[in-house]
Amino acid sequence: MKNWALQALDAVSRRGVAYADVRVVETRDREISTKNGKPGHVSSSESLGLGIRVLAHGCWGFAATDELTREGIDSAAALAMEIARAGTAAHKADVILAPEDKYEVVWVSPFGVDPFSIPIDQQLSTLLAVDTELRRQKDVSLAEASMHFEWRRQVFASTLGSLIDQTRCVSGTGFSALSYKDGEIQRRSYPNSFGGQYQVKGYELIDELKLLDHAPRVAEEAVALHSAAQCPEGEFDLILDSSQLGLQIHESIGHPIELDRVLGTEANYAGMSFLTLDQLGRLRYGSDLVNVVCDARLEHGPGLGTFAFDDEGVPAQGTDIIRHGEFAGYMTSRETAAQVGQPRSNGCMRADGWARLPLIRMTNVSLQPGNQTLEEVFDVDHAIYMETNRSWSIDDKRYNFQFGCEIGWEVRQGKRVRMLKNPSYSGISTEFWNSCAAIAGREHWTLWGVPNCGKGQPEQVMGTGHGASPARFGKVRIGSAYAG
Amino acid sequence: MPDDVLAKAQCENLFGQVMDAARVHGVSEMEAILAGGSHALTRFANNTIHQNVAERSVHLSVRPVIGGRTARASTNRLDHQGIREVVDSAIAITRLTEPDPELLPLTSAQPYGDVRRTYEATAHTTPPERALAVAEAIGAVEEKGQTAAGIYSTGASMFALLNSRGLSCWYSETMARFSITAMAADSSGWAKQSACYHGDLKPLEMALRAARKAERSRTPCELPPGRYTVVLEPAAVLDLVGQMFPDFSATAIRDGRSFLNDRIGKRVFGENISIYDDCYAALQAGAPFDGEGVPRHRLTLVERGVPREIAYSRQAAAAAKVQPTGHGFPLPNEFGEAPVNIVIAGGDSSLDEMVGATQRGILVTRLWYIREVDPYEKIFTGMTRDGTFLIEGGEITRGVRNLRFNQSLIEMLSNVEALSTAIRASGEESIDMVVPAMKVYDFHFTEVTRF
Repeated sequence: MKNWALQALDAVSRRGVAYADVRVVETRDREISTKNGKPGHVSSSESLGLGIRVLAHGCWGFAATDELTREGIDSAAALAMEIARAGTAAHKADVILAPEDKYEVVWVSPFGVDPFSIPIDQQLSTLLAVDTELRRQKDVSLAEASMHFEWRRQVFASTLGSLIDQTRCVSGTGFSALSYKDGEIQRRSYPNSFGGQYQVKGYELIDELKLLDHAPRVAEEAVALHSAAQCPEGEFDLILDSSQLGLQIHESIGHPIELDRVLGTEANYAGMSFLTLDQLGRLRYGSDLVNVVCDARLEHGPGLGTFAFDDEGVPAQGTDIIRHGEFAGYMTSRETAAQVGQPRSNGCMRADGWARLPLIRMTNVSLQPGNQTLEEVFDVDHAIYMETNRSWSIDDKRYNFQFGCEIGWEVRQGKRVRMLKNPSYSGISTEFWNSCAAIAGREHWTLWGVPNCGKGQPEQVMGTGHGASPARFGKVRIGSAYAG
Repeated sequence: MPDDVLAKAQCENLFGQVMDAARVHGVSEMEAILAGGSHALTRFANNTIHQNVAERSVHLSVRPVIGGRTARASTNRLDHQGIREVVDSAIAITRLTEPDPELLPLTSAQPYGDVRRTYEATAHTTPPERALAVAEAIGAVEEKGQTAAGIYSTGASMFALLNSRGLSCWYSETMARFSITAMAADSSGWAKQSACYHGDLKPLEMALRAARKAERSRTPCELPPGRYTVVLEPAAVLDLVGQMFPDFSATAIRDGRSFLNDRIGKRVFGENISIYDDCYAALQAGAPFDGEGVPRHRLTLVERGVPREIAYSRQAAAAAKVQPTGHGFPLPNEFGEAPVNIVIAGGDSSLDEMVGATQRGILVTRLWYIREVDPYEKIFTGMTRDGTFLIEGGEITRGVRNLRFNQSLIEMLSNVEALSTAIRASGEESIDMVVPAMKVYDFHFTEVTRF
């Protein structure tokens, strides 16, 4: 892989570039799922290719190929140069990059058990046991369970002289029970919806999550929701579990702090951001309790945004995003850092494979734990508690959001008193975070993985991490999804 | 034939190597899919080209059938060793998989309808050609004092499915897309087109249309949430209505996850709603066969408001004792099948006539971040975006701030007052479709955002 990277770098350097980098990426993944007592999907895949990014004539060019012959690499190098030259047809100012050092590093993410060392039949039987347990509950129409594993090795080489060899192991698993009854569909999932929990770990993640222990409760709740009361509509205190709060962070903090969105380069698809440059250091983005970081370092945890170097050769860093409620930082790249006069990128450029250009992507954007007990978070006269995301939507500048959850409970005097179905809440990002009234402590903090974040044209799907503890918010609009 | 697209003969040769590798293991039932091609995209923002990319890739995936078991392995290494390893891997994991009592033998050879959707000129569009078209579009927006962002992409792709029972189907297609957002200080406009032949795209016209929308929606006013008559442009219709078609699936109904459970054959939408799945429609794209190699059949999904036909994969068809419809996904998968060539029948109105006949309402260019709120009542939420206008007395009078909707599709498609001619439309949240603009009463907006 190193030879291909250096060969490609040499091919573009010979043609004359201001800067270039090459990523050779090899991935191997395994997906297993079960559905109503049968295998649903059993597959493995591997992919190997390289992407060449050049800065020439003041413009970027990028070409990717899986034809890893001398001719194939040379042809991709020539195409990258041709594309950069073509960019001069609509060119306003030369691209300038913030300075960065040269690194030569080999890094492998920590893991306990290589998931590919566990036979597929053993993994299938774990899922089928969960499936059987889910379907013990009468009125579960659809039981689904899955595991996903990936090894990804990337060799990065740049004209700065960097040569970075990184390997990450990602594991994920989850299950759900769906019940269709009397003209209504309800679903419960564990440990999270839309695929479950994903982390940079080995097979030990599967064991830690104790899937089978949670199956009876999940199935029971899916069916019980049919007879639960409809979530009321109005303004109430809202308590969120940590997985839903993780997605709330993703949508209403993670995306708005992407500096490429702020600067307009995602305007046609993903959109822009309400966090214009004049807001930095001025905007109240949360109550005093709210501290948010963007942290790709291993010490933050095994999140999907954990790595040693980003995809333009910048070391993983931790950046304050919200400090005691004040907006304190963006996620940047070498190009955008230079554009806003920052001395260095904070290392957030990531690509979803060898065929794609790196973009500013979330690493691990996390709400730091508070110092309250879970009992204190629930200690209110009246609130609505919601768990596990069911739907999510936010406008293209990230002001107005609406989330639906799988299940809710009415809370009175600190106790859950009745189950609620179809819970949803909505609001404006800054108003919501400013209403944060309590955050549970470190012992309730989980680093959740969102494996399916879309951005860019052509679209790239990226895994991001979001740490959160359960938290309470005051006077949130609840139930408008079903209003009227 | 575009250079980066594998020809049918090349696919057959590679499949021969797959079979040779399988016979070493004593396996005779094999299926292979070859897919890939080349794709290039010129991306612009802030009136400049800022990302400009090209990629070439082909992958091979193989699926053995061994004693009622099946699994799939994929690779993009198409050399002899790569093919041998992927076949070894597929056979190894298949042998470890649990048997599926409903698994069928591989599909035998089938006849397919003829569709021609490959254009050499589109496959060979060069970076300078795309850049010049983009520069012209940017110029038109910049001339209005606005800022442009968007994409121009061109590419060629192929999909081949071959198996040991003599099935050998191959399809190639070229596709071009142009999309542009024009932004003024407090407003924006958007336009997008896609076509198999890039010459059918009109980048300059789209740029001017987007700029006009941005100009006309300056200084937007805020409307209170509530129920409004809306005129939805085709892109807004497809992105919203497109969300319901995965439910027109026998497997989804069997799973209990479709809103059509207990609704097939009953009146669900208004009488003016008829919807087809038709791969052969003139403005459609895509292969005339599905992921199992079954020829695609035309389906009447909704006839005058009544859901009639649904899609069946081979397995779903066998369970229901009907014929497969040609809408199955490659096996193994959990989803079964879905219609993918949607044609919504149009009416005799036009966008201008719909606006002209609206006393008070909202014209919607585009919708964004559409997500399902209720799977059985088919309630979706989302936002308007890039060109939302107040209609008063039959005229567009000004822009309005963007609104959040929570709207049941069942209710919406029962409240359609008028439809335009159907066109090929392209959005961001559903696949491209042939759809009309729609005038809908009592569309439910629940919140307003800040811009």
